[in-house]
Amino acid sequence: MSKNVLVLGEAREGELRNVSFETIAAAKTISEGGTVTAVLLGDSVENLAQEMVQYGADRVVTVEHPHLKQYTSDAYSQAFMAVYEQEKPDAIVLGHTALGKDLSPKLASKLSSGLISDVTKIEGEGDAAEFIRPIYSGKAFEKVQSKGGLLFITIRPNNIEPLAKDESRSGDVSSLSVDITNLRSVIANVVRKSTEGVDLSEAKVIIAGGRGVKSEDGFKPLEELAHLLGGAVGASRGACDADYCDYSLQIGQTGKVVTPDLYIAVGISGAIQHMAGMSNSKVIVAINKDPEANIFKVADYGIVGDLFEVVPMMIEEVKKLKGSPAV
Amino acid sequence: MNIYALVKRTFDTEEKIVVKNGAIQEDGAEFIINPYDEYAVEEAIQVRDEHGGEVTVLSLGGEDAEKQLRTALAMGADKAVLINTEDDLDEMDEFSAAKIISEYLKDKDADLIIAGNVAIDGGSGQVGPRVAELLGINYVTTITDLKIDGTSATLVRDVEGDSETIETSLPLLVTAQQGLNEPRYPSLPGIMKAKKKPLEELELDDLDLDEEDVEAKTKTIDIFMPPEKAAGRVLEGDISDQVSELVNLLNKEAKVI
Repeated sequence: MSKNVLVLGEAREGELRNVSFETIAAAKTISEGGTVTAVLLGDSVENLAQEMVQYGADRVVTVEHPHLKQYTSDAYSQAFMAVYEQEKPDAIVLGHTALGKDLSPKLASKLSSGLISDVTKIEGEGDAAEFIRPIYSGKAFEKVQSKGGLLFITIRPNNIEPLAKDESRSGDVSSLSVDITNLRSVIANVVRKSTEGVDLSEAKVIIAGGRGVKSEDGFKPLEELAHLLGGAVGASRGACDADYCDYSLQIGQTGKVVTPDLYIAVGISGAIQHMAGMSNSKVIVAINKDPEANIFKVADYGIVGDLFEVVPMMIEEVKKLKGSPAV
Repeated sequence: MNIYALVKRTFDTEEKIVVKNGAIQEDGAEFIINPYDEYAVEEAIQVRDEHGGEVTVLSLGGEDAEKQLRTALAMGADKAVLINTEDDLDEMDEFSAAKIISEYLKDKDADLIIAGNVAIDGGSGQVGPRVAELLGINYVTTITDLKIDGTSATLVRDVEGDSETIETSLPLLVTAQQGLNEPRYPSLPGIMKAKKKPLEELELDDLDLDEEDVEAKTKTIDIFMPPEKAAGRVLEGDISDQVSELVNLLNKEAKVI
């Protein structure tokens, strides 16, 4: 049976995040020919609607309100629930991002529904769809099904391929006006710490440093390499515990679980807890002095050597590559 | 202040996972307090020490979870509650867990409920916010700092690496992110005292809940291991040759840069 599916588009600094397009692709699989409606919430989001359509949404509903400029669970749940009441969808797909993780359990609770979080793969279509998600931080996977009623999932960024952008697609864009009241949290301040706005969970390339990096300064070359490759910097617990970097960069079973296209582990030995957080990355490179280091067991490519020698050389090589005309 | 910390018994992070017949093998595995819940317990104790009141640690699960509750009592919590679902429920999901926990908490007048932001086993991070919603109280997830002044609270939350400062008020549920504190180890006197601290055990019946009230909305149909990775290539030769080969491979073979 075809399903009508609601997805939430997420913007960061005025641009739609990639995960928004991935939710549309996931929704298409679930909808089996039903309608995919994208929801956009913010103080000014109508200009983003067309791009959601170009990536496959059939319709877009926007809610614009000054209280939606920054995410709070109260404001966003009120706006999303108003769209839900209007659309009465059969399924909902959100990104498993900071926003999605915070908002989805509240919505699921309001809707008395199940919620399958952090889905990395969908098998089958429509009612027969089965959802695969990592458990034990990726040491194992489980396959989950909804037992009926509203189907609600969040998808992990960077795992479900978006549909190709089609600039000739058109779709209906409508706006809904919602009263937003009784906000219990006020955001007093935001300090941006993430590298160049590339978020670890969505980064295509991650350069991660471990104890071997030896100091806060030691992370500078890693940052330069990440910058060149349009990626983000991460760290092992060892590096965070030693105060070389902030805990927000920690990758592992405690910390972030990431699945970039390219993960470069620099001076990381590969404790089981760290490996749980990154071993499902598509391509893994290990740079370590110790040829016996565990990290080489999961690496696609390894260099046994001194990171302080290797990383600067890599920076030069990448510069050469990026500087050369496209072949 | 009336403070609750929600605690889950989980596999030790050191444990390798073994799957047999679509289920995780628990035999011989070491269990711990979910690391994020350990931050929650520590924070609860620190808030109590500063503002007075009582810390109750609450766990949902089987009889085995008593050990983790005793550990939390040894760290300094005052009382423990175990809601034992072993005999009543074969399967539960986040909907079930949140429903049961909120049924217990609904008449407890908690000022502050602290949970881990995620359990390292299931990894969904749903139960905290779901409980808050069912109780009709506000919540803030992934916090790295908490200051309480009367009924006002100022928190810092980790949002994908950025820090957001939030002002709100009690009653409140928060979920702990790494960096919130450094959990203490139970002291020997603490361990001795913990043996005498109250640990109440309840079943669904005691909460006036039937199995149907908490029936899972989702179903796990299989559990499996990730595919084994083939051994990678360790490059050879001069370091500078290795590096240029690596960059070339990443560009031409793996096509990731």
